[in-house]
Amino acid sequence: MSVRRLAKEQPASWDFAPVTLEKAHWWISKYPQSRKQSAVIPILWLIQKQDGWVCEPAIRKLAAMLEMPVIRVLEVVTFYTMFQLEPVGKAALIQVCGTTPCMLRGAGDLMKLCADKIGHKDHISADGLFTWQEVECLGACVNAPMAQINDYYYEDLTPQTLGQIIDDFRAGKAPKPGSYAGRHTCEPAGGATTLTDPALYDGSKAAPVKIPNAPEPA
Amino acid sequence: MPKAKVNGVEVEFEPGMTVLQVAELAGEEIPRFCYHERLSIAGNCRMCLVEVKPGPPKPQASCALPAADNQEIFTNTPMVKKAREGVLEFLLINHPLDCPICDQGGECDLQDETIGYGRDDTRYQENKRAVEEKYMGPLVKTVMTRCIQCTRCVRYVAEIAGVPEIGMISRGEDAEITTYLEQAIHSEMTGNVVDLCPVGALTHKPWAFNYRPWELKKTETIDVMDAVGANIRVDARGSEVMRVLPRTNEAINEEWIDDKTRYACDGLMRQRLDKPYVRKGKQLVEATWAEAFAAIAAKVKKAAPDRIGVIAGDLQDAESMKAALDLFTALGSPNIDCRQDGMVLGSGPRESWLFNTTIEGLEQADAVMLIGTNPRLEAPLVNARLRKAWLASGVRIGVVGEQADLNYGYHYVGAGIASLQQMFDGHDKIAAQKPAFIVGSGVLRRPDGAAILNAIGAGAAKFGVVKDGWNGFNVLHTAASRVGGLDMGFVPGKGGLTATDMARKGALDVLFLLGADEIDLSASDAFTVYLGTHGDAGAHKADVILPGAAYTEKAGLYVNMEGRPQLANRAVFPKGHAREDWAILRALSESLGAKLPYDSLNALRAKLIADHPTFGQVGYAPGSKPAALDLVKLGAPGKVSDEPFKSPVTDFYQTNPIARASVTMAECSALAASLRSKPAAAE
Repeated sequence: MSVRRLAKEQPASWDFAPVTLEKAHWWISKYPQSRKQSAVIPILWLIQKQDGWVCEPAIRKLAAMLEMPVIRVLEVVTFYTMFQLEPVGKAALIQVCGTTPCMLRGAGDLMKLCADKIGHKDHISADGLFTWQEVECLGACVNAPMAQINDYYYEDLTPQTLGQIIDDFRAGKAPKPGSYAGRHTCEPAGGATTLTDPALYDGSKAAPVKIPNAPEPA
Repeated sequence: MPKAKVNGVEVEFEPGMTVLQVAELAGEEIPRFCYHERLSIAGNCRMCLVEVKPGPPKPQASCALPAADNQEIFTNTPMVKKAREGVLEFLLINHPLDCPICDQGGECDLQDETIGYGRDDTRYQENKRAVEEKYMGPLVKTVMTRCIQCTRCVRYVAEIAGVPEIGMISRGEDAEITTYLEQAIHSEMTGNVVDLCPVGALTHKPWAFNYRPWELKKTETIDVMDAVGANIRVDARGSEVMRVLPRTNEAINEEWIDDKTRYACDGLMRQRLDKPYVRKGKQLVEATWAEAFAAIAAKVKKAAPDRIGVIAGDLQDAESMKAALDLFTALGSPNIDCRQDGMVLGSGPRESWLFNTTIEGLEQADAVMLIGTNPRLEAPLVNARLRKAWLASGVRIGVVGEQADLNYGYHYVGAGIASLQQMFDGHDKIAAQKPAFIVGSGVLRRPDGAAILNAIGAGAAKFGVVKDGWNGFNVLHTAASRVGGLDMGFVPGKGGLTATDMARKGALDVLFLLGADEIDLSASDAFTVYLGTHGDAGAHKADVILPGAAYTEKAGLYVNMEGRPQLANRAVFPKGHAREDWAILRALSESLGAKLPYDSLNALRAKLIADHPTFGQVGYAPGSKPAALDLVKLGAPGKVSDEPFKSPVTDFYQTNPIARASVTMAECSALAASLRSKPAAAE
């Protein structure tokens, strides 16, 4: 993490899209009228969903909407690294996990690939389609190395599979999320090695259990 | 009351106090950076760690921990010492060691605590962090690398100043204090953030690199920039006033002062009148005191007593006004006035021109009506009190006049007399036990001021503004000398002219201006004598200039809007050939053949107090004496024009000759003007 600043180039104005506005009002309605600032984080998410990033006019608009000082919104936006303060790639925002398990399993190679195919870290690519970032642990260590691309996790990646995924995004396709090592979610690679007895699953081992302190059946 | 033991000594405390406050009751000083008794508790600097039993076996932040009955508090155990040393070492990791070039040096909390808890060397080998400087306006200089993130400034501007514009962005090591997009802070009370800053991150921009605190001579005195009478300390080096700082006075300014009080002091060194001048032809020519007095005496002796007059200005001390009053009374002139703005008050009981609730007492009001006043510009400290009351008790505030941003929520009633009358008619709908009216001088200086005052008095009577034990009728003056002048009867005698009338063409042969600069004299053709400090409006009009002493250059009594006389002290000597105002008047009286009967300031003061005993009650404000004021007799019935009520102050930073001579104030004024012209930018 480094010092977070608003982008140098900002749009002159910004407005809620109708669908964003509707969802924003739904969030505001969840809180008491005098506490509507509580909706600031959900609505910032919506703004980011609409544009891919949070621009300065949007911060002012949101502050006015929630009747809170604009500096308070800026504090929230800069506090949370999940809010993008610069425009991101239109096709994909690739967040490669670089924390220890992923690093040991080859995240460095993924980042090198990203640098080769997309360009500098944290900067939008020349064609405006991609941004890639290194992020801290995304909690999918069992499927390391992995990356979050837009809203989904892409797991068990290799430079080949990630390269293919990037190419698919560039081609306008929506690659399937999940493991790219051929396993179902986080099952052991190469199949299960324990709890393999089918009798575990057919109910035959089920025996009536006396639960202590359970009320007697009437 | 609950009891606790502090280092084995038992103390009683009020329920709700924190461990830190209880320890202070027992006389133990707790080091702190983020905690401040007038701000909300943040608990983020961790410097105030103490050991508490019963409790977990670890140090506790005493500022944020409520004290409990039978608690044992330890502030000097090895664990506490080690914990504080650890905290301080962490704070110093990123704090630069630039004390020799830091303006806070010598009065820095971090320096002081380092004496007590610092290590002799550093164990930190890595690079220190560096933070970009932030623009916060023309008054606050930032060196953000020095910031220790105590967030006092953030809390001050949000809570006391009421402009939530400073914030802490990012987090962890990257946390930075800034205003939104580095705009200037839109407040009249920004200077206080520098006082609050425990390190040198925020310093005074106008005084950067000008002084070291230990080389200044400190004088405790009274401010004259408005009628609040804030308690200040004037720090001087040689003949120059280097800075002005607040002194704590709970009844008046707590521990804040506004930016004009603080930063207008560079105006004391500019545009000064330092020798007498006499007009010869069209030119003002330097003269000796004797020549100046002779020129005045020649004119005064030719003039009939009712063709001479005196107008006192807004910054005058009571003694000089008393000397002028006695002199002109002795000369037989009834033309005496201290109300250069044409205000109607001055006859009747003293309570009719005082701020009767007192500033502190305003906090007890449960409904406040602001009539034709913008306290944010006229008296920022009164406005801060109103905001404090509004935050604490939710006092209901109504406004008739300009719809300005006052830093608190209010109900806007209307612009002029019609909406005021409408509100008075519906008085039974507004239930209030302790209602207070604050009447601005803007309405009282209008030609129909007496009629407005009469209408306000009648309305106030309906609301029960004055009742047993409560007097809620307040006049918000803007001139520091005004209440003193009215108290001593510095108003026209029988058949005398008011200031407004004296300024008319052909009204007088000789007009004496005692520091009066805020009156339009373009029509006057009288021979004008100006006794004052700055080459401002009065001096430009003058035929004879007598150089006087500014408020930092003389001892004197000032009566603030509450009617509280306060003693100001001399911090530096008058400039050049200038003398103290009373001494000039005393010398002049001899030339005019009406020698004043006092040879020292003490004798003059004794006469003042003998003639007007209220001046002897130094530091005392009468406050809410039971029903001394008959509201319906205020003013005079008459027709009121439907012109909207206006505040007399449009440019807060340029209200008197000292402020107009100040470069800093000019800069603030220009910035404020640019913001007024595009209010949307701040949003």
